[in-house]
Amino acid sequence: MSAIIHGAGAATTLSTFKSIDSKKLVAPSRTNLPVRSKRFIVAGSDSSNGLSVRQSQKLIPNAVATKADTSATTGTGHELLLFEALQEGLEEEMDRDPHVCVMGEDVGHYGGSYKVTKGLADKFGDLRVLDTPICENAFTGMGIGAAMTGLRPVIEGMNMGFLLLAFNQISNNCGMLHYTSGGQFTIPVVIRGPGGVGRQLGAEHSQRLESYFQSIPGIQMVACSTPYNAKGLMKAAIRSENPVILFEHVLLYNLKEKIPDEEYICNLEEAEMVRPGEHITILTYSRMRYHVMQAAKTLVNKGYDPEVIDIRSLKPFDLYTIGNSVKKTHRVLIVEECMRTGGIGASLTAAINENFHDYLDAPVMCLSSQDVPTPYAGTLEEWTVVQPAQIVTAVEQLCQ
Amino acid sequence: MALSRLCSRSNGFLKPATIALPIHRYVSTNTSPITIETAKDFTPHLCEAPSRAVETSSEEMLSFFRDMARMRRMEIAADSLYKAKLIRGFCHLYDGQEALAVGMEAAITKKDAIITSYRDHCTFLGRGGELVDAFSELMGRKTGCSNGKGGSMHFYKKDASFYGGHGIVGAQIPLGCGIAFAQKYSKEEAVTFTMYGDGAANQGQLFEALNIAALWDLPAILVCENNRYGMGTATWRSAKSPAYFKRGDYVPGLMVDGMDALAVKQACKFAKEHALKNGPIILEMDTYRYHGHSMSDPGSTYRTRDEVSEMRQIRDPIERVRKLLLSHDIATEKELKDMEKEIRKEVDDAVAKAKESPVPDSSELFTNIYVKDCGLVSYGADRKEVKVTLP
Repeated sequence: MSAIIHGAGAATTLSTFKSIDSKKLVAPSRTNLPVRSKRFIVAGSDSSNGLSVRQSQKLIPNAVATKADTSATTGTGHELLLFEALQEGLEEEMDRDPHVCVMGEDVGHYGGSYKVTKGLADKFGDLRVLDTPICENAFTGMGIGAAMTGLRPVIEGMNMGFLLLAFNQISNNCGMLHYTSGGQFTIPVVIRGPGGVGRQLGAEHSQRLESYFQSIPGIQMVACSTPYNAKGLMKAAIRSENPVILFEHVLLYNLKEKIPDEEYICNLEEAEMVRPGEHITILTYSRMRYHVMQAAKTLVNKGYDPEVIDIRSLKPFDLYTIGNSVKKTHRVLIVEECMRTGGIGASLTAAINENFHDYLDAPVMCLSSQDVPTPYAGTLEEWTVVQPAQIVTAVEQLCQ
Repeated sequence: MALSRLCSRSNGFLKPATIALPIHRYVSTNTSPITIETAKDFTPHLCEAPSRAVETSSEEMLSFFRDMARMRRMEIAADSLYKAKLIRGFCHLYDGQEALAVGMEAAITKKDAIITSYRDHCTFLGRGGELVDAFSELMGRKTGCSNGKGGSMHFYKKDASFYGGHGIVGAQIPLGCGIAFAQKYSKEEAVTFTMYGDGAANQGQLFEALNIAALWDLPAILVCENNRYGMGTATWRSAKSPAYFKRGDYVPGLMVDGMDALAVKQACKFAKEHALKNGPIILEMDTYRYHGHSMSDPGSTYRTRDEVSEMRQIRDPIERVRKLLLSHDIATEKELKDMEKEIRKEVDDAVAKAKESPVPDSSELFTNIYVKDCGLVSYGADRKEVKVTLP
């Protein structure tokens, strides 16, 4: 269950296509669902293929849309793992702008504990790829101080949980300095690191800091989930003038995908449409995306048509994409890895309820991790996070 | 008419014996060098102390007097404004410590960076800040140096490399080392003065940052403004080793008489040279604040009134410079008094002007949260009013 889903239907399709008139889906039940043929998804940022699709009632082998070659129009892409994608993005930005530097524990000579910064120290030298001693508070503060003068440090927390020690710097100095100085200073830092549950690392090394940081005004938070958006978000974060916290996940570093050869950037505030659908909107991010897609396979076989959106931008929420989806499907399920109390899902539920209450046919349901310290035992750890079976049950419940 | 001479003790009032003074004396603006000795020795740690003979000039001495008098006046005016409830929140006053701000400025350029704690009004002024900007910010007006959104503890001046103004004790130390890192990265030949107090000297982040600064040879100068009290706790009650300049262990340090502007100038000059060549150095400035920790602290529960008045009589920085000016015949008593009157008027005018400045309008609540405030919709507390769609 906690296995990594390799080359998973990491459908990053951004295409749209004509769908069935929503009036027919007022009372979704298996007998009413129209027939769909096998569909082709052409991924491209501006494609608007008007393919009309209808769903068949038999088993669909390719229910989770596999991403076709993204660079079909431009040539061959290249295949790499997520951590390599991050490294590529970082390297390209360091080549492009001499102000970009990396600081963190073991990022230099060791190559990074998850190999994201491998080879960078040899290429750029010790002054641009800095091995810091173990003092998160101080080196995060130093990164922020350097950013005040115009440098663009990328600060790595070896594990996101360690950044709790730097909370004061991140909250007061990183987030608020632009405001309290009346706009005089900008803090273009990127704070990144792996977090999340997996690998049986124990309670202190399995933290989800997005819930703690989400109230800090002035920062942006993004979570990457595929090699494509990892590279794109890394580049966008470095180029952004605002402080950005990039959340990676310990289990996703070895995902493989083909990404374009040419340069591209993902929008920091935009959500990603993973799988368009009609019946229910499932909002998710980071690793839970793969659990959702796995559940989606089961759901499609059962006759449901979930719309899966990877929200990517945790602060601010892309209420535009989310809102359009809610207006279409009228049902929302949030699947996240944060804890139940005070997590991203809790804020998202509140935001959706406030803004789109009139469009909802059912209460917003939020599946989150349990409010417990993550246990070490494998079976217990599995049950801390949301599993695909739970997602399927929740969708069935919501779509009654 | 300044007389260039060596004065053996600054306490000695050796008046010139014979000169027949003309009827009208102009306050001297002579820039030819005078050498004056500081009252006390510097105590070094792991380095050679600089000499006690400080090179200065009449013009500089007068500027010391003027700037310190202005700072003193500003702080006293802030005191009355606070009591009149025009300044709210926290207000930490610097009077008594002016020599630090002024002496430091004399030794450095605007390219060198200064970052300090919340007791930042005078440092802001020293960096070239205007009185009006300071008072407007204190009273929360739009024309303040941080647009009224920062307050007393958040004065900044980017063009003069003044990085503020920080409320959390000790949090500015890693920031300061980061600025020094950026200076080294960009090969700027400038240094950063990271100021903190005796209370902050016990923060872990100081030692973390110091370790990195020493490891990477950063041009960071850590200045401990030891005014004997961390809010209400005396140094002997909070630090096992109150010799803050030695606390750096492997980092050189210097103990300086912080009430003597010339000593401060000499020490900062020495520190700048040292930092550019050899990496970080700690300066401990032995200084004193007359007010309490902030306006809500009377300052008399943990120290005696005698102690405060003793400091005022014996070690006041402005009095010391005044005596030097008189003894070196750079200005007369009357001229200095006139100068003080002028400064008082200047400060009063600034206060009046600041009082008339407008408060920020409500749309300012949502500006400068993000740069270019990227496509966000931001709501007020009730989510109905004061809604702004940021472009």
